[in-house]
Amino acid sequence: MADTAVLPAHRAGRETALRPRRRRRGRLTPLLYVLPALVFYAAFVIVPWLHSLWISLWEWNGIGVATWAGLANYIEVFADPALRSSLLHAFGFIVFYSVLPIGIGLVLAALVAATPWKAMPLIRTILFLPQVLPLVAVGVIWKWIYSADGPLGLDSSWLGDFTLAYPAVGLVGTWVSTGLCFLLLLSGIGKIEPSLYEAAKVEGCGPIREFWHVTVPGLRKEIAVAATVTVIAALASFDVVYVMTGGGPGYTTMVPGVQIYQLVFTAGRVGTACALATVLSLLTCAVMYGLNRLTRER
Amino acid sequence: MSRHLTRLALLTAAASVVLPFLAILSAALQPESNLTPGLEWPSDPHWENFATAWSSAGFAALLKSSAVIALGVVPLSLVLATLAGYGMATMELRAKGPLFALLMLGLALPYEAIVIPLYYDLRSIGLLNSYWAVILPLIGAFMPFGVFWMRSHFESLPKELTEAAQMDGASSSRVLTRVLLPTAWPALTTLGLLYFMWAWNHFLLALILIQDPAMRTAPSGLGKFVQQFGKNIPLLSAGTIIIITPIVLLYLFFQRHFVKGILAGAVK
Repeated sequence: MADTAVLPAHRAGRETALRPRRRRRGRLTPLLYVLPALVFYAAFVIVPWLHSLWISLWEWNGIGVATWAGLANYIEVFADPALRSSLLHAFGFIVFYSVLPIGIGLVLAALVAATPWKAMPLIRTILFLPQVLPLVAVGVIWKWIYSADGPLGLDSSWLGDFTLAYPAVGLVGTWVSTGLCFLLLLSGIGKIEPSLYEAAKVEGCGPIREFWHVTVPGLRKEIAVAATVTVIAALASFDVVYVMTGGGPGYTTMVPGVQIYQLVFTAGRVGTACALATVLSLLTCAVMYGLNRLTRER
Repeated sequence: MSRHLTRLALLTAAASVVLPFLAILSAALQPESNLTPGLEWPSDPHWENFATAWSSAGFAALLKSSAVIALGVVPLSLVLATLAGYGMATMELRAKGPLFALLMLGLALPYEAIVIPLYYDLRSIGLLNSYWAVILPLIGAFMPFGVFWMRSHFESLPKELTEAAQMDGASSSRVLTRVLLPTAWPALTTLGLLYFMWAWNHFLLALILIQDPAMRTAPSGLGKFVQQFGKNIPLLSAGTIIIITPIVLLYLFFQRHFVKGILAGAVK
């Protein structure tokens, strides 16, 4: 009931490809159809990425003459504590953007699957809402919530506190991702063989063992998908941090996105910024590749 | 017992989503001068804050820029993604592999990785501070998702559909426009709505590639507004509500498309 809108799309995605349906027409015809999209993609994504790679090998302030730097900028990314910590913060956000939402989503989905409820469509509408909002607006809303004399009635803003700012910003990621993870996992539970649950019952499994031995393994694919999407969001986080703290206080909430912005527009270290961008994109791709492998097995 | 626990958990989750909206709405209705702390409905709601935000704080102009960009991105992206999705679906497997990998890469690549060179490249060809500076890169960045989306739609169709038309001697473009396109409207609607949402919400490129205040988009305008007038909570809150309203309405009207698109998109 709750996931009717979700199921058909999944099914369509899972159907395997048709055989090539052309007869002996020009071999290049399909390529001609792909070409315009490819040109845009190459011109505005691939070429800039390669250009960034090139800039990262130079010492350049954005205006003057660039001098060859080789890999110095990359060494800087890992040696400079401020730059390195921005990467660590991005990876730390995985706890808030992925681990917590998937954990909460799993428990909620297991509970809901066992006891259907008429109000579920309305709940679903509400829980999914954070997914469609501009993250800048989300940041503004939460900045107000965390502020001194805000809705929580705090004495001083959590965002100005050196220890609280980071988890406070991270929890916004949890707020955004949890609904998505929950609905993804809920749609997956519907596809687990009911006989597995019956077998677990027969063997005398309680709800907790059933959760760990049937539900979680059965949702392996959905968990990996939720992890992929949310990890990418965590590593690329920019909007929320830019609006809420700008990376402060100190460097406590600095993430690569904000760091890159500052390196280019206030520090004039364009080469370093590009090196950080390259490292970030390689790490993101590596994580995505790893998670992808995890789903493909089986 | 477990039923009550479940409902309590769901209601808690739903409340945690709704409460921040109520908080920002209550803040938007406060008088500009003295803000009552805590979450409380103002006794004397200042609805005129919305009018102020709309006109003198310039949020109407921000919405216009966002609309121009979203309406520039969506139609062209849909056409390109449809053509490419069709091409991919009819392509021989051998040619597909590298193309597939190249497009997959684009799904993971953060905008941070391309925005700096885009800034300098677009500046050197004089496109910086124009709507094109955001429209063109967004179309490029939206291609991988759209191509995969349309391809999986075309591949889900029974192949008899196209084979019959080909027997009759229809060209590939005729097969696409006469046979396949009529089946594609639901898929295109979902994709169009997602594209619209992403273009409307997009921040990083808009912030950096359009720095002219007169052309800022809604999210980047809001981002700048926080920095300049962050203390003026009622106006800021009213502006925030103005900016999220179009996308929230769109979501409520086309909820099934959004949920289906985002969940299915995540699976790919």
